[in-house]
Amino acid sequence: MQKPIGDVFTWPDDDPKLIGSRCGDCAAATFPVQSRCPRCSGKNMAELLLPKRGTLVTWTTQGFPPMVPFAGDATGKSFEPFGVGLVQLEDVVKVEARLTESDPAKLRFGMDVELRIVPFYVDEQGDEIMTFAFAPEEST
Amino acid sequence: MNDVAIIGVGLHPFGRFGDKSAFEMGADAVELALTDAGLPWSDVQCAFGGAWEVAQTDPLTSLLGLSGIPFTNVFNACATAASSIAQAANAIRSGAFETAVAVGMDKHPRGSFKVDPTLMNMPTWYAENGQYVTTKFFGMKINKYMHDHGISSETLAKVAAKNYRNGSRNPNAFRRKPISEEEILASPMLNHPLTAYMFCAPDEGAAALVMCRADIAHRYTDTPIYVRAAEVRTRNYGAYEVNTSWAAIDEDVSPTVYASRAAYEKAGIGPEDVDVIQLQDTDAGAEVIHMAENGFCADGEQEKLVADGATEIGGPLPVNTDGGLIANGEPIGASGLRQIHELVLQLRGQAGERQVEGTPRVGYAQVYGAPGTAAATILSR
Repeated sequence: MQKPIGDVFTWPDDDPKLIGSRCGDCAAATFPVQSRCPRCSGKNMAELLLPKRGTLVTWTTQGFPPMVPFAGDATGKSFEPFGVGLVQLEDVVKVEARLTESDPAKLRFGMDVELRIVPFYVDEQGDEIMTFAFAPEEST
Repeated sequence: MNDVAIIGVGLHPFGRFGDKSAFEMGADAVELALTDAGLPWSDVQCAFGGAWEVAQTDPLTSLLGLSGIPFTNVFNACATAASSIAQAANAIRSGAFETAVAVGMDKHPRGSFKVDPTLMNMPTWYAENGQYVTTKFFGMKINKYMHDHGISSETLAKVAAKNYRNGSRNPNAFRRKPISEEEILASPMLNHPLTAYMFCAPDEGAAALVMCRADIAHRYTDTPIYVRAAEVRTRNYGAYEVNTSWAAIDEDVSPTVYASRAAYEKAGIGPEDVDVIQLQDTDAGAEVIHMAENGFCADGEQEKLVADGATEIGGPLPVNTDGGLIANGEPIGASGLRQIHELVLQLRGQAGERQVEGTPRVGYAQVYGAPGTAAATILSR
Protein backbone atom coordinates (compact mmCIF):
# COMPACT_ATOMS: atom_id res chain seq x y z
CA MET A 1 0.00 0.00 0.00
CA GLN A 2 1.18 3.55 -0.73
CA LYS A 3 1.24 6.07 2.13
CA PRO A 4 2.21 9.77 2.23
CA ILE A 5 5.35 10.77 4.19
CA GLY A 6 3.31 13.27 6.18
CA ASP A 7 0.13 15.29 6.18
CA VAL A 8 1.57 17.73 3.65
CA PHE A 9 -0.10 16.90 0.32
CA THR A 10 -3.59 15.81 -0.67
CA TRP A 11 -3.58 11.99 -0.84
CA PRO A 12 -4.96 9.86 -2.30
CA ASP A 13 -5.77 12.26 -5.10
CA ASP A 14 -5.58 12.09 -8.90
CA ASP A 15 -4.23 15.63 -8.84
CA PRO A 16 -2.31 15.95 -5.53
CA LYS A 17 -1.31 19.37 -4.23
CA LEU A 18 0.83 20.61 -1.35
CA ILE A 19 -1.19 21.80 1.65
CA GLY A 20 -0.11 25.17 3.00
CA SER A 21 -1.90 27.86 4.92
CA ARG A 22 -2.73 31.53 4.43
CA CYS A 23 -3.41 34.31 6.88
CA GLY A 24 -6.94 35.71 6.59
CA ASP A 25 -5.72 39.09 7.81
CA CYS A 26 -2.47 39.80 5.93
CA ALA A 27 -2.45 37.02 3.28
CA ALA A 28 0.97 35.66 4.28
CA ALA A 29 1.29 32.03 3.13
CA THR A 30 3.25 29.16 4.72
CA PHE A 31 4.16 25.57 3.99
CA PRO A 32 3.16 23.38 5.74
CA VAL A 33 0.09 24.56 7.65
CA GLN A 34 0.74 26.56 10.78
CA SER A 35 -1.63 27.97 13.37
CA ARG A 36 -0.27 31.51 13.74
CA CYS A 37 0.81 34.04 11.16
CA PRO A 38 4.59 34.56 10.83
CA ARG A 39 4.08 38.12 9.56
CA CYS A 40 1.21 39.75 11.50
CA SER A 41 1.12 37.36 14.52
CA GLY A 42 -2.60 36.75 14.02
CA LYS A 43 -4.39 33.42 14.55
CA ASN A 44 -6.57 33.59 11.46
CA MET A 45 -4.77 30.96 9.34
CA ALA A 46 -6.73 28.81 6.90
CA GLU A 47 -5.66 25.84 4.80
CA LEU A 48 -4.52 26.67 1.28
CA LEU A 49 -3.78 24.23 -1.56
CA LEU A 50 -0.61 25.46 -3.25
CA PRO A 51 -0.01 25.87 -7.00
CA LYS A 52 1.67 22.83 -8.58
CA ARG A 53 3.94 24.73 -10.92
CA GLY A 54 6.74 27.07 -10.09
CA THR A 55 10.24 28.26 -10.86
CA LEU A 56 13.52 27.11 -9.35
CA VAL A 57 14.93 29.96 -7.23
CA THR A 58 18.03 28.08 -6.11
CA TRP A 59 19.22 24.50 -5.74
CA THR A 60 21.95 22.20 -4.50
CA THR A 61 22.66 18.50 -4.33
CA GLN A 62 22.63 16.32 -1.22
CA GLY A 63 25.77 14.28 -1.82
CA PHE A 64 25.95 12.36 1.49
CA PRO A 65 23.34 10.47 3.50
CA PRO A 66 21.63 12.71 6.08
CA MET A 67 21.63 11.44 9.66
CA VAL A 68 18.70 9.56 11.21
CA PRO A 69 15.73 10.25 11.23
CA PHE A 70 16.43 10.44 7.46
CA ALA A 71 14.13 7.71 6.13
CA GLY A 72 16.25 6.80 3.13
CA ASP A 73 19.43 4.76 3.42
CA ALA A 74 21.36 6.55 6.18
CA THR A 75 24.12 3.91 6.16
CA GLY A 76 25.18 5.05 2.72
CA LYS A 77 25.28 1.62 1.07
CA SER A 78 22.49 2.29 -1.41
CA PHE A 79 22.32 6.07 -0.93
CA GLU A 80 21.73 8.01 -4.12
CA PRO A 81 22.49 11.76 -4.10
CA PHE A 82 19.38 13.86 -4.65
CA GLY A 83 18.64 17.43 -5.61
CA VAL A 84 17.12 20.00 -3.25
CA GLY A 85 15.64 23.30 -4.35
CA LEU A 86 13.74 26.39 -3.33
CA VAL A 87 10.74 26.68 -5.63
CA GLN A 88 8.63 29.80 -6.06
CA LEU A 89 4.99 28.77 -6.55
CA GLU A 90 3.48 31.62 -8.57
CA ASP A 91 3.20 34.63 -6.26
CA VAL A 92 1.98 32.57 -3.29
CA VAL A 93 4.99 31.16 -1.41
CA LYS A 94 8.42 29.58 -1.89
CA VAL A 95 8.74 25.93 -0.87
CA GLU A 96 11.91 24.02 -0.08
CA ALA A 97 11.71 20.52 -1.54
CA ARG A 98 13.52 17.58 -3.06
CA LEU A 99 14.07 17.68 -6.81
CA THR A 100 13.69 14.64 -9.05
CA GLU A 101 16.87 15.75 -10.84
CA SER A 102 20.28 15.69 -9.12
CA ASP A 103 22.58 16.36 -12.07
CA PRO A 104 23.89 19.94 -11.80
CA ALA A 105 24.19 20.04 -15.59
CA LYS A 106 20.43 19.62 -15.88
CA LEU A 107 19.40 22.19 -13.27
CA ARG A 108 19.06 25.88 -14.13
CA PHE A 109 18.18 28.93 -12.08
CA GLY A 110 14.68 30.07 -12.94
CA MET A 111 13.71 26.87 -14.75
CA ASP A 112 10.07 25.76 -14.69
CA VAL A 113 9.34 22.88 -12.32
CA GLU A 114 6.24 20.94 -11.44
CA LEU A 115 5.08 18.99 -8.37
CA ARG A 116 5.38 15.20 -8.43
CA ILE A 117 4.41 12.63 -5.80
CA VAL A 118 7.13 9.98 -6.01
CA PRO A 119 7.95 6.67 -4.26
CA PHE A 120 10.59 7.25 -1.55
CA TYR A 121 11.15 4.07 0.51
CA VAL A 122 9.41 0.92 1.77
CA ASP A 123 8.77 0.93 5.51
CA GLU A 124 8.92 -1.99 7.99
CA GLN A 125 5.27 -2.88 7.31
CA GLY A 126 6.01 -3.18 3.59
CA ASP A 127 4.14 0.01 2.73
CA GLU A 128 5.57 2.24 0.03
CA ILE A 129 6.07 5.73 1.45
CA MET A 130 5.39 8.50 -1.07
CA THR A 131 7.02 11.91 -0.90
CA PHE A 132 6.79 15.15 -2.86
CA ALA A 133 9.43 16.50 -5.21
CA PHE A 134 9.65 19.00 -8.02
CA ALA A 135 10.56 17.88 -11.54
CA PRO A 136 11.91 20.00 -14.39
CA GLU A 137 9.00 20.47 -16.78
CA GLU A 138 11.17 19.48 -19.75
CA SER A 139 11.55 15.97 -18.35
CA THR A 140 7.84 15.19 -18.19
CA MET B 1 25.42 52.92 30.88
CA ASN B 2 28.91 51.63 31.63
CA ASP B 3 31.54 50.81 29.05
CA VAL B 4 32.82 47.23 29.06
CA ALA B 5 36.38 45.99 28.77
CA ILE B 6 37.81 42.55 28.08
CA ILE B 7 40.70 42.01 30.51
CA GLY B 8 41.39 38.32 30.02
CA VAL B 9 41.07 35.65 27.34
CA GLY B 10 41.63 31.92 27.49
CA LEU B 11 41.29 29.11 24.98
CA HIS B 12 41.53 25.34 25.22
CA PRO B 13 42.79 24.10 21.84
CA PHE B 14 40.14 22.97 19.33
CA GLY B 15 40.32 19.44 17.94
CA ARG B 16 39.92 15.93 19.38
CA PHE B 17 40.94 15.23 22.97
CA GLY B 18 40.04 11.62 23.80
CA ASP B 19 38.31 11.19 27.13
CA LYS B 20 38.75 14.78 28.29
CA SER B 21 35.29 16.15 29.12
CA ALA B 22 33.74 19.39 27.91
CA PHE B 23 33.71 20.58 31.53
CA GLU B 24 37.46 19.96 31.95
CA MET B 25 38.13 21.91 28.75
CA GLY B 26 35.80 24.71 29.88
CA ALA B 27 37.51 24.94 33.27
CA ASP B 28 40.93 25.11 31.56
CA ALA B 29 39.73 27.96 29.33
CA VAL B 30 38.31 29.94 32.28
CA GLU B 31 41.49 29.40 34.28
CA LEU B 32 43.60 30.69 31.38
CA ALA B 33 41.36 33.75 31.03
CA LEU B 34 41.50 34.48 34.78
CA THR B 35 45.29 34.14 34.80
CA ASP B 36 45.47 36.45 31.78
CA ALA B 37 43.32 39.00 33.65
CA GLY B 38 45.04 38.57 37.00
CA LEU B 39 41.62 38.15 38.58
CA PRO B 40 40.76 35.27 40.93
CA TRP B 41 37.55 33.31 40.33
CA SER B 42 36.34 34.53 43.72
CA ASP B 43 36.18 38.07 42.29
CA VAL B 44 34.00 37.06 39.32
CA GLN B 45 30.47 38.35 40.01
CA CYS B 46 28.46 36.61 37.28
CA ALA B 47 28.95 34.18 34.42
CA PHE B 48 27.28 33.18 31.15
CA GLY B 49 28.03 29.80 29.61
CA GLY B 50 27.06 28.09 26.37
CA ALA B 51 27.28 24.52 25.08
CA TRP B 52 25.23 22.04 23.09
CA GLU B 53 26.48 18.70 24.28
CA VAL B 54 26.02 19.23 28.03
CA ALA B 55 22.76 19.85 29.87
CA GLN B 56 24.03 22.96 31.66
CA THR B 57 27.32 24.80 31.88
CA ASP B 58 27.12 25.91 35.51
CA PRO B 59 28.44 22.58 36.86
CA LEU B 60 31.74 24.25 35.87
CA THR B 61 31.54 25.99 39.25
CA SER B 62 32.32 22.69 40.99
CA LEU B 63 35.71 22.80 39.20
CA LEU B 64 36.28 26.57 39.42
CA GLY B 65 34.92 27.24 42.90
CA LEU B 66 31.40 27.04 44.34
CA SER B 67 31.15 30.78 44.85
CA GLY B 68 27.37 31.09 44.57
CA ILE B 69 27.33 33.58 41.68
CA PRO B 70 24.51 33.78 39.14
CA PHE B 71 25.62 31.52 36.25
CA THR B 72 23.26 31.66 33.27
CA ASN B 73 23.14 29.10 30.50
CA VAL B 74 22.90 30.45 26.97
CA PHE B 75 22.06 28.55 23.82
CA ASN B 76 21.60 30.08 20.37
CA ALA B 77 23.04 27.34 18.11
CA CYS B 78 26.08 28.66 16.19
CA ALA B 79 25.46 32.11 17.70
CA THR B 80 25.69 30.73 21.26
CA ALA B 81 29.08 32.13 22.22
CA ALA B 82 28.35 35.57 20.78
CA SER B 83 25.10 35.56 22.74
CA SER B 84 27.00 34.70 25.95
CA ILE B 85 29.33 37.63 25.28
CA ALA B 86 26.38 39.97 24.63
CA GLN B 87 24.70 38.88 27.87
CA ALA B 88 27.89 39.27 29.92
CA ALA B 89 28.57 42.68 28.39
CA ASN B 90 25.00 43.81 29.11
CA ALA B 91 25.28 42.60 32.71
CA ILE B 92 28.19 44.99 33.19
CA ARG B 93 26.80 47.77 30.99
CA SER B 94 23.63 47.89 33.11
CA GLY B 95 25.61 48.47 36.29
CA ALA B 96 24.37 45.28 37.95
CA PHE B 97 27.86 43.71 38.03
CA GLU B 98 31.48 44.88 37.85
CA THR B 99 32.99 41.65 36.52
CA ALA B 100 31.71 38.81 34.36
CA VAL B 101 32.92 35.66 32.65
CA ALA B 102 31.65 34.35 29.31
CA VAL B 103 32.57 30.75 28.62
CA GLY B 104 31.71 28.21 25.96
CA MET B 105 32.68 24.58 25.50
CA ASP B 106 31.60 21.58 23.52
CA LYS B 107 32.56 18.02 22.69
CA HIS B 108 30.72 16.97 19.55
CA PRO B 109 30.69 13.45 18.15
CA ARG B 110 32.22 13.08 14.68
CA GLY B 111 30.18 13.94 11.59
CA SER B 112 27.36 16.36 11.05
CA PHE B 113 25.26 17.49 13.99
CA LYS B 114 22.58 15.22 15.49
CA VAL B 115 19.12 15.99 14.25
CA ASP B 116 15.66 15.84 15.83
CA PRO B 117 13.60 18.33 13.83
CA THR B 118 10.86 18.62 16.46
CA LEU B 119 13.44 20.24 18.78
CA MET B 120 13.54 23.10 16.26
CA ASN B 121 9.78 23.20 15.71
CA MET B 122 10.10 21.45 12.36
CA PRO B 123 7.95 18.46 11.33
CA THR B 124 9.41 14.95 11.41
CA TRP B 125 8.83 14.46 7.68
CA TYR B 126 11.27 17.32 7.01
CA ALA B 127 14.11 15.19 8.37
CA GLU B 128 12.78 11.87 7.03
CA ASN B 129 12.75 13.51 3.60
CA GLY B 130 16.46 14.37 3.92
CA GLN B 131 15.98 18.13 4.16
CA TYR B 132 17.01 18.66 7.81
CA VAL B 133 20.65 19.17 6.81
CA THR B 134 22.25 22.53 7.54
CA THR B 135 24.95 22.09 4.89
CA LYS B 136 22.44 21.90 2.04
CA PHE B 137 21.13 25.33 2.96
CA PHE B 138 24.66 26.73 2.66
CA GLY B 139 25.00 25.00 -0.72
CA MET B 140 21.75 26.56 -1.95
CA LYS B 141 22.67 30.03 -0.68
CA ILE B 142 26.15 30.19 -2.20
CA ASN B 143 25.01 28.53 -5.44
CA LYS B 144 22.55 31.34 -6.07
CA TYR B 145 25.00 33.97 -4.83
CA MET B 146 27.67 32.76 -7.27
CA HIS B 147 25.13 32.82 -10.10
CA ASP B 148 23.87 36.30 -9.23
CA HIS B 149 27.23 37.93 -8.48
CA GLY B 150 29.80 36.13 -10.60
CA ILE B 151 31.74 34.26 -7.91
CA SER B 152 33.71 31.19 -9.07
CA SER B 153 34.40 27.83 -7.41
CA GLU B 154 38.09 28.77 -7.56
CA THR B 155 37.35 31.67 -5.20
CA LEU B 156 35.71 29.28 -2.74
CA ALA B 157 38.82 27.07 -2.92
CA LYS B 158 41.09 30.10 -2.35
CA VAL B 159 39.10 31.06 0.77
CA ALA B 160 39.34 27.55 2.22
CA ALA B 161 43.06 27.29 1.36
CA LYS B 162 43.69 30.65 3.06
CA ASN B 163 41.96 29.47 6.23
CA TYR B 164 43.91 26.18 6.34
CA ARG B 165 47.10 28.20 5.77
CA ASN B 166 46.20 30.56 8.65
CA GLY B 167 45.40 27.51 10.78
CA SER B 168 48.89 26.18 10.15
CA ARG B 169 50.18 29.29 11.95
CA ASN B 170 47.85 28.73 14.92
CA PRO B 171 49.03 26.24 17.58
CA ASN B 172 45.44 25.94 18.91
CA ALA B 173 43.86 25.02 15.55
CA PHE B 174 42.31 21.65 14.69
CA ARG B 175 43.58 21.57 11.07
CA ARG B 176 47.20 22.68 10.93
CA LYS B 177 48.20 21.45 7.48
CA PRO B 178 47.88 23.67 4.42
CA ILE B 179 45.64 22.15 1.72
CA SER B 180 46.00 23.21 -1.91
CA GLU B 181 43.18 24.74 -3.94
CA GLU B 182 43.36 21.74 -6.29
CA GLU B 183 42.86 19.27 -3.42
CA ILE B 184 39.99 21.35 -2.05
CA LEU B 185 38.22 21.40 -5.43
CA ALA B 186 38.86 17.67 -5.94
CA SER B 187 37.48 16.58 -2.53
CA PRO B 188 34.02 14.92 -2.54
CA MET B 189 31.10 17.15 -3.50
CA LEU B 190 28.89 17.34 -0.40
CA ASN B 191 26.36 19.99 -1.44
CA HIS B 192 26.96 21.47 -4.87
CA PRO B 193 29.05 23.66 -5.27
CA LEU B 194 30.59 22.99 -1.84
CA THR B 195 33.18 20.21 -1.49
CA ALA B 196 34.19 18.43 1.72
CA TYR B 197 37.33 20.55 2.28
CA MET B 198 35.29 23.75 1.94
CA PHE B 199 33.34 22.89 5.12
CA CYS B 200 34.20 23.12 8.80
CA ALA B 201 33.61 20.10 11.02
CA PRO B 202 32.14 19.78 14.51
CA ASP B 203 34.90 19.09 17.07
CA GLU B 204 35.87 19.81 20.68
CA GLY B 205 37.21 22.79 22.55
CA ALA B 206 36.51 25.68 24.90
CA ALA B 207 37.12 29.42 25.19
CA ALA B 208 36.46 32.08 27.81
CA LEU B 209 36.62 35.82 28.38
CA VAL B 210 36.86 37.90 31.55
CA MET B 211 35.18 41.30 31.30
CA CYS B 212 34.86 44.20 33.69
CA ARG B 213 33.52 47.72 33.89
CA ALA B 214 35.83 49.82 31.72
CA ASP B 215 36.67 52.34 34.45
CA ILE B 216 38.32 49.64 36.59
CA ALA B 217 40.04 47.76 33.73
CA HIS B 218 43.43 49.38 34.40
CA ARG B 219 43.56 47.61 37.77
CA TYR B 220 44.05 44.40 35.80
CA THR B 221 45.70 45.21 32.49
CA ASP B 222 47.57 47.86 30.52
CA THR B 223 45.80 46.78 27.34
CA PRO B 224 42.05 46.60 27.94
CA ILE B 225 40.06 45.80 24.81
CA TYR B 226 36.69 47.52 24.77
CA VAL B 227 33.42 45.85 23.72
CA ARG B 228 31.96 48.58 21.52
CA ALA B 229 28.92 46.57 20.42
CA ALA B 230 27.52 43.04 20.73
CA GLU B 231 24.26 42.64 18.82
CA VAL B 232 22.18 39.50 18.26
CA ARG B 233 19.35 39.26 15.71
CA THR B 234 16.96 36.57 14.46
CA ARG B 235 15.12 36.17 11.13
CA ASN B 236 12.80 38.77 9.71
CA TYR B 237 9.79 37.80 7.63
CA GLY B 238 11.08 37.36 4.09
CA ALA B 239 14.47 35.86 4.91
CA TYR B 240 15.20 32.32 3.69
CA GLU B 241 17.38 30.71 6.36
CA VAL B 242 18.59 27.33 7.68
CA ASN B 243 16.03 24.65 8.50
CA THR B 244 12.89 26.01 6.97
CA SER B 245 10.43 24.43 4.55
CA TRP B 246 9.20 27.71 3.07
CA ALA B 247 10.03 31.35 2.44
CA ALA B 248 7.91 34.40 1.70
CA ILE B 249 7.69 35.86 -1.81
CA ASP B 250 8.77 39.26 -0.48
CA GLU B 251 12.48 38.92 0.24
CA ASP B 252 14.36 40.41 3.15
CA VAL B 253 18.06 40.34 3.99
CA SER B 254 19.59 37.86 6.42
CA PRO B 255 19.76 38.44 10.19
CA THR B 256 23.52 39.00 9.82
CA VAL B 257 22.81 42.25 7.95
CA TYR B 258 20.54 43.48 10.75
CA ALA B 259 23.00 42.49 13.50
CA SER B 260 25.86 44.10 11.59
CA ARG B 261 24.07 47.41 10.98
CA ALA B 262 23.00 47.58 14.62
CA ALA B 263 26.53 46.88 15.82
CA TYR B 264 28.07 49.59 13.62
CA GLU B 265 25.46 52.06 14.80
CA LYS B 266 25.97 51.25 18.50
CA ALA B 267 29.74 51.41 18.15
CA GLY B 268 29.79 54.55 16.04
CA ILE B 269 32.25 52.66 13.85
CA GLY B 270 31.95 51.77 10.17
CA PRO B 271 33.30 48.80 8.21
CA GLU B 272 36.01 51.08 6.79
CA ASP B 273 37.40 51.49 10.33
CA VAL B 274 37.80 47.75 10.94
CA ASP B 275 41.38 46.40 10.88
CA VAL B 276 40.88 42.67 11.55
CA ILE B 277 37.83 40.53 10.84
CA GLN B 278 36.35 37.22 12.01
CA LEU B 279 33.46 35.83 9.94
CA GLN B 280 31.35 32.67 10.28
CA ASP B 281 32.94 30.36 7.72
CA THR B 282 30.78 27.31 8.21
CA ASP B 283 31.87 26.84 4.62
CA ALA B 284 34.03 28.86 2.25
CA GLY B 285 30.93 30.25 0.53
CA ALA B 286 29.62 31.61 3.83
CA GLU B 287 32.81 33.60 4.32
CA VAL B 288 32.41 35.09 0.83
CA ILE B 289 28.77 36.07 1.43
CA HIS B 290 29.44 37.34 4.94
CA MET B 291 32.11 39.75 3.63
CA ALA B 292 29.31 41.61 1.86
CA GLU B 293 26.60 41.06 4.49
CA ASN B 294 28.86 42.71 7.08
CA GLY B 295 29.64 45.69 4.89
CA PHE B 296 33.24 44.94 3.92
CA CYS B 297 32.56 44.93 0.18
CA ALA B 298 29.76 45.07 -2.37
CA ASP B 299 28.19 41.86 -3.66
CA GLY B 300 30.48 40.36 -6.30
CA GLU B 301 33.63 42.27 -5.33
CA GLN B 302 34.85 39.19 -3.42
CA GLU B 303 36.00 37.55 -6.66
CA LYS B 304 38.71 40.18 -7.19
CA LEU B 305 39.41 40.84 -3.50
CA VAL B 306 40.15 37.17 -2.84
CA ALA B 307 42.22 36.83 -6.05
CA ASP B 308 44.25 39.87 -4.96
CA GLY B 309 44.86 38.42 -1.50
CA ALA B 310 42.93 41.19 0.26
CA THR B 311 41.64 38.82 2.95
CA GLU B 312 45.06 37.32 3.75
CA ILE B 313 46.80 38.24 7.03
CA GLY B 314 48.95 40.73 5.09
CA GLY B 315 46.03 42.16 3.09
CA PRO B 316 43.88 45.22 3.75
CA LEU B 317 40.88 43.09 4.91
CA PRO B 318 42.36 40.24 6.96
CA VAL B 319 39.60 37.65 7.53
CA ASN B 320 39.80 34.68 9.90
CA THR B 321 43.44 35.17 10.81
CA ASP B 322 43.39 32.13 13.14
CA GLY B 323 41.99 29.86 10.41
CA GLY B 324 38.31 30.44 11.21
CA LEU B 325 35.89 27.56 11.57
CA ILE B 326 37.40 25.80 8.56
CA ALA B 327 40.74 25.25 10.34
CA ASN B 328 39.47 25.23 13.94
CA GLY B 329 36.26 23.23 13.58
CA GLU B 330 33.16 24.23 15.47
CA PRO B 331 32.58 23.36 19.12
CA ILE B 332 29.35 25.33 19.02
CA GLY B 333 29.40 26.79 22.53
CA ALA B 334 32.98 28.02 22.13
CA SER B 335 33.24 29.04 18.48
CA GLY B 336 32.26 32.71 18.78
CA LEU B 337 34.50 33.07 21.85
CA ARG B 338 37.41 31.74 19.79
CA GLN B 339 36.76 34.59 17.35
CA ILE B 340 36.97 37.14 20.18
CA HIS B 341 40.05 35.43 21.65
CA GLU B 342 41.81 35.92 18.30
CA LEU B 343 40.67 39.54 17.93
CA VAL B 344 41.89 40.39 21.44
CA LEU B 345 45.31 38.86 20.69
CA GLN B 346 45.45 40.81 17.42
CA LEU B 347 44.47 44.12 19.04
CA ARG B 348 47.01 43.58 21.82
CA GLY B 349 49.71 42.73 19.25
CA GLN B 350 50.12 39.23 20.73
CA ALA B 351 49.09 37.09 17.73
CA GLY B 352 52.64 35.91 16.99
CA GLU B 353 53.08 34.43 13.52
CA ARG B 354 49.55 35.54 12.63
CA GLN B 355 49.90 39.14 13.76
CA VAL B 356 48.33 41.70 11.44
CA GLU B 357 50.87 44.48 10.93
CA GLY B 358 50.33 48.10 11.88
CA THR B 359 48.85 47.47 15.35
CA PRO B 360 45.18 46.93 14.46
CA ARG B 361 42.82 49.11 16.48
CA VAL B 362 39.35 47.76 15.64
CA GLY B 363 38.23 44.13 15.42
CA TYR B 364 34.94 42.73 14.13
CA ALA B 365 33.38 39.29 14.66
CA GLN B 366 30.23 37.75 13.16
CA VAL B 367 28.49 34.43 13.73
CA TYR B 368 25.50 32.88 12.01
CA GLY B 369 23.56 29.73 12.80
CA ALA B 370 20.30 27.85 12.68
CA PRO B 371 17.50 28.67 12.32
CA GLY B 372 18.67 32.13 11.26
CA THR B 373 20.34 33.68 14.30
CA ALA B 374 23.26 36.04 13.85
CA ALA B 375 25.48 38.21 16.00
CA ALA B 376 28.01 40.94 15.34
CA THR B 377 30.58 42.06 17.91
CA ILE B 378 32.89 45.05 17.58
CA LEU B 379 36.00 45.52 19.73
CA SER B 380 38.55 48.30 19.89
CA ARG B 381 41.68 49.19 21.78
